[in-house]
This record gives sequence, structure tokens and C-alpha cells, in this order.
Amino acid sequence: MKAEAPNKIIKERNDYILIKQESKNRSIKCDSDSIAGSVSQRACVYCGARVVLNPITDAWHIVHGPIGCASYTWDIRGSLSSGPEIYRNSFSTDLGEEEVIFGGEKKLERSIDEIIKANRDNPPPVIFVYATCIIGVIGDDIEAVCKKVQTKHNIKVVPVKSPGFAGNKSAGYKAACNALLELMDKNTSNMGSNSLNILGDFNLAGEMWIIKKYLSLFNINVCSQFTGDSRCRDIKKAASARLNIVQCAGSMTYLAKKMRALYGIPFINVSFFGVEDTKESLLKIADVMCGEDTVKKVYFYLRKMEKEANERLKKYKCRLAGKKAAIYVGGGFKAISLVKQFKSLGIKTVVVGTQTGKKEEYESMGDLTDAGTVILDDSNPFELEKFIVKTGAHILVGGVKERPLAYKLGIAFCDHNHERKHPLAGFEGAVNFAKEIDSSINSPVWNLLGAGQQ
Amino acid sequence: MIELTPEKLYNRKSLVINPAKTCQPIGALYASLGIHRCLPHSHGSQGCCSYHRMQLTRHFKDPVMASTSSFTEGSSVFGGASNLKTAVKNIFSIYNPDIIAVHTTCLSETIGDDLNTIIRQMEVPEGKFVIHANTPSYKGSHITGFANMTSAFVTYFCESSGRPNKKVNIIPGFTGPADIREIKKMLAIAGIDYLIFPDISGVADAPMTGDYKMYPDGGTRIWELRDAGNSTLTIALGEFSSQPAAVNLENKCGIPFKVFEIPIGIESTDRFITGLVNLSSKDIPYELEEERGQLVDTMLDSHSYFFGKKAAVAGDPDVVAPLAEFLLSLGMIPKYVYTGTPGKQFDKKMNKLLENAGFSGSIVKSKGDLFEMHQHIKNEPVDIILGNSHCKYISKAENIPLVRIGFPILDRYAHSYFPIIGYKGALRLVEMMLNAILEKQDRECNDEDMELVM
Repeated sequence: MKAEAPNKIIKERNDYILIKQESKNRSIKCDSDSIAGSVSQRACVYCGARVVLNPITDAWHIVHGPIGCASYTWDIRGSLSSGPEIYRNSFSTDLGEEEVIFGGEKKLERSIDEIIKANRDNPPPVIFVYATCIIGVIGDDIEAVCKKVQTKHNIKVVPVKSPGFAGNKSAGYKAACNALLELMDKNTSNMGSNSLNILGDFNLAGEMWIIKKYLSLFNINVCSQFTGDSRCRDIKKAASARLNIVQCAGSMTYLAKKMRALYGIPFINVSFFGVEDTKESLLKIADVMCGEDTVKKVYFYLRKMEKEANERLKKYKCRLAGKKAAIYVGGGFKAISLVKQFKSLGIKTVVVGTQTGKKEEYESMGDLTDAGTVILDDSNPFELEKFIVKTGAHILVGGVKERPLAYKLGIAFCDHNHERKHPLAGFEGAVNFAKEIDSSINSPVWNLLGAGQQ
Repeated sequence: MIELTPEKLYNRKSLVINPAKTCQPIGALYASLGIHRCLPHSHGSQGCCSYHRMQLTRHFKDPVMASTSSFTEGSSVFGGASNLKTAVKNIFSIYNPDIIAVHTTCLSETIGDDLNTIIRQMEVPEGKFVIHANTPSYKGSHITGFANMTSAFVTYFCESSGRPNKKVNIIPGFTGPADIREIKKMLAIAGIDYLIFPDISGVADAPMTGDYKMYPDGGTRIWELRDAGNSTLTIALGEFSSQPAAVNLENKCGIPFKVFEIPIGIESTDRFITGLVNLSSKDIPYELEEERGQLVDTMLDSHSYFFGKKAAVAGDPDVVAPLAEFLLSLGMIPKYVYTGTPGKQFDKKMNKLLENAGFSGSIVKSKGDLFEMHQHIKNEPVDIILGNSHCKYISKAENIPLVRIGFPILDRYAHSYFPIIGYKGALRLVEMMLNAILEKQDRECNDEDMELVM
């Protein structure tokens, strides 16, 4: 691959950009801190921890810090619950100047005391206490406070060490995974178990329910879900599963590796985005979990579902053929799935980037795409704009901050993040995805633009 | 949230649940967007900047740009000076703004970065500016941050050249783009020559052209900020959001100031217009008389639907205060009047307003939160809620119509194109409230009670 920088890209950023050519002579730089002064699309350690843990529906998520960190993360994930709704509230110790000077431990303790006292009839199974930037600086010992209130009230209180500056979002994922590990019962055995854990699905728009539906067809039990629509009691028993399946590799590989080391639970990577990946993943799971007869059944089922999905996708394929896509998402594994999914719809990926992708993942992206495709790590709106315009992409797939940028550039958009409108997982998700891409690319509103972008 | 909000009020002094405010930096960022070719810069971890951009993007449905110092563990030990210097260099060479408006965060404030010194030591290209405001997240709220950054514009730019310009400075407060357009319209009709800052119109409501402009056409120009030091008078709209800048301007350039409420509703608009007319010593122009007449006409037509209806109002103090007054003039009862922003003067002012109107059963609270307001509503319900999108949980749980006013509005579109300010804005408020009340009635009444004419 050859590096090529357009005008005025920050010099230090060149290493983070690749334009795929016929030969490989350089690999991408990734997995490091953002460069000061860039309009980065990335978030912080706390954000990483919060997005992973927030979908635990019956937990109290108390943010220890000034008010902002709690305000901005109040129910923003779009992960659905089949029961408790406590996680959709926003709890903050709202630290003031006094605590910044004299320490916030007392206020944290009082905060927890107060609310436990008021909810004595209906106590929470677990309280997460998130440390934000300022806690890392003023030196509150939240671990000690958590231990103290845990003993006092006999309620599990788990510290999440996530000061914003201590790394990037990936460090936050790790902090969350450590909190999850702490929640698990250590003395369970997975001998003879026939259940698995789902790691890295957050039940956005109900996607976890789709995956579970497939598994239940073949009598595969789900032990715990990390963390979409999960409850404390499920997470506790996670160590008794036979297998971990990992979808969001960016946030959950660490947990999977830890569980393999601690409890001997093997893990496999899966993806339920796109017909191809859904099929492959279910077969992979069946191979481990089911006997030969069931695997056969799975095979038949998948063939039927694939046929049905492809039938329904036909209409969109004709409407989308020849279009070009740009992808900018959080993790590398999802980006790879999307490239494949676009390919199956006859859409070429011309730009693909992630906030936290790993070297191997960028290599896979390179393998899957054609020459000229731009590959980006930790990009910014300026670069995205440059490359979208240069490559003539018709649609951008991204998150909240990218949506209006795409529209302003006169191209279509699909949210594959917290604001997705429909479930995009599984066979029905693959159809939804095509439908969503079609409804944005082929909206008549584009015809009203002066330049006639489409 | 339904299960967690108990009817029984309990003593809760430390923990904030479901905040009615957020932190200073986002207010500072909001103010900075109102300066032409200004790039807001967050001096802290990259999460802050990401959250603020995300929240504002969701509010405006438009791209919002800001850069960050991307603090790491090292910078939180050794200070963020070198990060900021690198950032500024990168920003000018890549994003090429005319001004970089730096706001601090809880992190940089706590480690004690001295922005005055850091900026003085910087190399700033000819004709470019780096300015700053101290906006510690652990003090005040987003409104305080807005006020601090607005005041920083005065500190850095306003100069008295000795040549009076016979203009009036307008500081519009934390208001939306359409509100500022409405203020400008009223000023133009009243024949007042003015300078307005910060001015987010033409920035956050930029039109779709198919061409993306990182710096849209709107925003106060630097020469205007400079010239504001030569004006005859400053009109500050909103005690919380605009008064500090007006005081600063008086101290610095000797310009007297008047504080009005943000003209929301008929009374505060009357006072604002009277204030303007007194300046130009002309009669009230017919256009404004006509608008007022149309408003009163509609209020009379619909008064029976409003009379005696109870309302809960939550939001920023400068918006909530005039809004509560407007409710009174419609014959409604502001039952709960809440702001998350701290400030005893709010409680005093609101209690006096309600006392004068003869209502003693209302609850007024600064530094309050939406959880507590919800508890009160459970004990004594209201007919309508006025507030930001976060009130939708209460609205849903209690089946009370919500009219979205304030910041942030995350779940509705086009609000930034329509004012709530002035007579036209008051007319819109009447329409929104009436629609909310009547639609509920239509939806819920028995078939035999449904009426065509209302």
C-alpha cells in the first residue's frame, strides 16, 4: 500500500491513513492517542466504560464527578430492556468546588447511603460507581468507598476506574470488563454446561433478541448477555457457560480472554451483520454447541433463511447497484462486516475507517477492498470530507456526529451506532440495512439539491 | 424510570438524579459558535469535546465542530500547556479559523493550568486570535459557561476607541438561532442600530446547499466585537447568561447596561420593546403593534382551554422565568418551576412572581433535578409540562403532554428555525401548548364526546 496525503492533512496524521494500491509496503498506524488539536470523533475512557455497562438494566449507574459526564450519557445508547428501566435514569454526585478541594469521598458515600435508605424495599442488585477525570486527579479512593458501603448495606458496589484522560475509549472498555469480572461468581463450574454467553451485543433496537431467537430454535441456552438487556443475576452466573461468542470485538475481546484464562471458557468471534456473516456465525456456534443432527437442522434452517433474505434483498440490489460507500464506525470488526455486506449488495466501499481498529483488522479491510480505497484510523471531519468528496461516495455509514456532515456534503447516511432506527442484525437485520440504505440513497429529497448530487 | 420514581419524597441532598442542567464547557462552546470563523477548543480529555459536539449535533441536527487538547495521563501530571500549544499550531494550519476560543474543563482547572500565561507564550499567526474562558465544570452550569465565554469576548476584543458608534450592544443569552433572528427583526423594526454577540444564527441553522462549510456565514465578526466598546448602551438579555458580559463591558469601556429578561411571552416582550422604543424615542412601530394584537387575539380565542391549567416548567433560569410569567397571563398555574442551575435569586424572583399572582401552592427550585419534580408531579399532577427532551420520561410515565422548550431538544426536528422569543414566538408557544392539550383531549375522550369544532 502506498501512503498518499491530500493537501493540508496534519503531517502527524499521514501514518494513520492508507490508500490501497496493488502492492503493500506500509501498514497503518493505529491504537494510539489522538493528536492534540484534531477534531477527533473519538470519546474518552469514561465513555467507553459507560457504553459497555449501561445496558445492564437493573443496575444503578452512579457517575462520580461534576454533572456533565452524567448529563451527556443519560440514556443515549438506544439499548432496549425487556424488564427493568432503572438504567435509563441519570445518577450523579454532581461534585462542586468544595469537593474538588477537600475530596469527594464523603459526598459519594452520602449519595449512596441516601438512595439505598430510600429504596430499602426495592434495593438494587448492583451499583456501579464510575470515576471521571477529576476523581483521578483529586485522588478519591473510590475502591475504599465502594467496599465500605458494600459492607454497610450488603449490596454489591463495583468501582469502575475510568478517568477520561487515562487512555482512550478502549481503556474504558477494559475498565468495564474488569467491573464485569468482579461481578461474576467465581465458584461456579461449567462442567457439562450447554449454554453460552453472548459478548458484545448491546440490544440496540432489539438486536440481542434476534440473536437469542436464532439460538433458541436449536435449544442453545444463553447463560449471560454482555451487556444488552442483561441483569445482574445473569452476569453473576457467566462463568458457568461452555462458550463465549464475541460480536463487538473492540470492547469484549479483553473480557473473553480473561474468562478463558480464569474459567477455561473458549471464545469465538461472530458477527450477525449481513446474511453471509450471520450464516457463518450460527454454523460456527452450532459446531461447538450442537450434535451432528442439530447441525444438520441448522444447515437447513440457514439455507431457508438465506434464500428468503436474498429474495427480499433482490429489489434493493437493483436499486443500489453501482453505488459507492464510505464507512466510519467505532470498531474494526464491524467495519469488516459492513464492507462485506455492501459488497453483497453490489456496493463498493471506497472509504473505510474506525475509531479504535486494530492492525489485523485494518489488514482484513485492505484484503476485502479494491485498489484506491482509503483506510483511516481515528479520523476527523476534515479528512472524512476530503475523502468522501474525492472518492465520490454516495452514502456514509457512521454515528451521530457523522450524520449531519454527510447530509451537508449532499450524500446519504445510515446510522450503525446508538441511533440506529431498526435492528440491523441477523437475516431480518440484513434486509433492514438494505432498506435503510435504499431509503436514504434514493430519497426524492436529494433531487431538490441544486447540484443534483445523486 | 416509572418503577424508580417513588411518590414518597425523601431527603436527598447529595445525589442528583436526572439533572436539569449540564456542565459549563458546553455553554462556552455554544457561545463560541456564535463568533464568525471561530473554532471552539476544549482544553481537557477528548471525551468532553466529543460529548459536547454530540449533544449539540443532536440538538441542532447540524455538524458542530470543536477541537480538543486530548489530555493524556502525562498532561494531567505535567500540565496541558504543551498539548494546547501543539493543538493551536495544528488547528491554524489545518482548520484555519480566525479565532480559537479555548474553554477549560474540570480536569485542566483542577491541575491548575494557567491559560493566560500559556496563551501569552504562544505563537499566534498574524491576524489570528487565541482567546480563553475559565469554565470549571464543577461550578454553576452550562449557563455559567455561556456567560463566562461571552464575557471573555469582551475581555479579549472590546475596545473603546474614543469614537462613539451610537449603537446598542445586544447580548442575547443562551437562545437559539431563530430567537436571535427574531431579536434582530424587532431591532430593525424599532429602528435601532445594534451590535449583537454571540450570534449563532447563520451558524447552527445554515442552509443546505450541497457545499459543506466548516465555518458557515453567520456569527459576530471580530470588528463588531471590537466596536462593541464604542456603543452607547448594552442590553443584556438574561441575568444568568448575559449580565456578566455586560458588567465586564461597563468596567472595561464604561458602557452602561440594562438587563432585561429574554423576551419570552407577552410581558417580557412588552418590557423589551418599550425599552427599545424609549431609546429611539419613537412610537411603537405598527408592525410590532400588529404582532402583539394578533397574539392577544389568539390568547383570547383560546383562553378557556388554558384557564386554571397547571403546568410544570423546567429548564434554564433565564428561559423559565419569563415563561412562567407568560403562563400566568394565560390564566395557568405554574405549579412546579425548576432549574438545575444554582442561584438563589431565581427562587426569590419566582416566588415573588407567584405570590403577586396569588398562588401559594407552587414549588420553585433552583439547583433542582427532574427526578424530584417527577415525584412532586406524582403527588399532585399537572396538565402540561414545558421543558427539554429529558422531560419526556415524566410525560410518558404520567401521560402528561410535553411541549419541548429549551436545551437540549434531542427528539424533534426544525425547532431551531422557529422562535419562542417576541410576540411571534409567544404566538408559537400558544399554538404548541394548545395543540398538546387539544390533541390529548381528542385522543382520550369518549367517542360520543369527540368534537369537530374546538
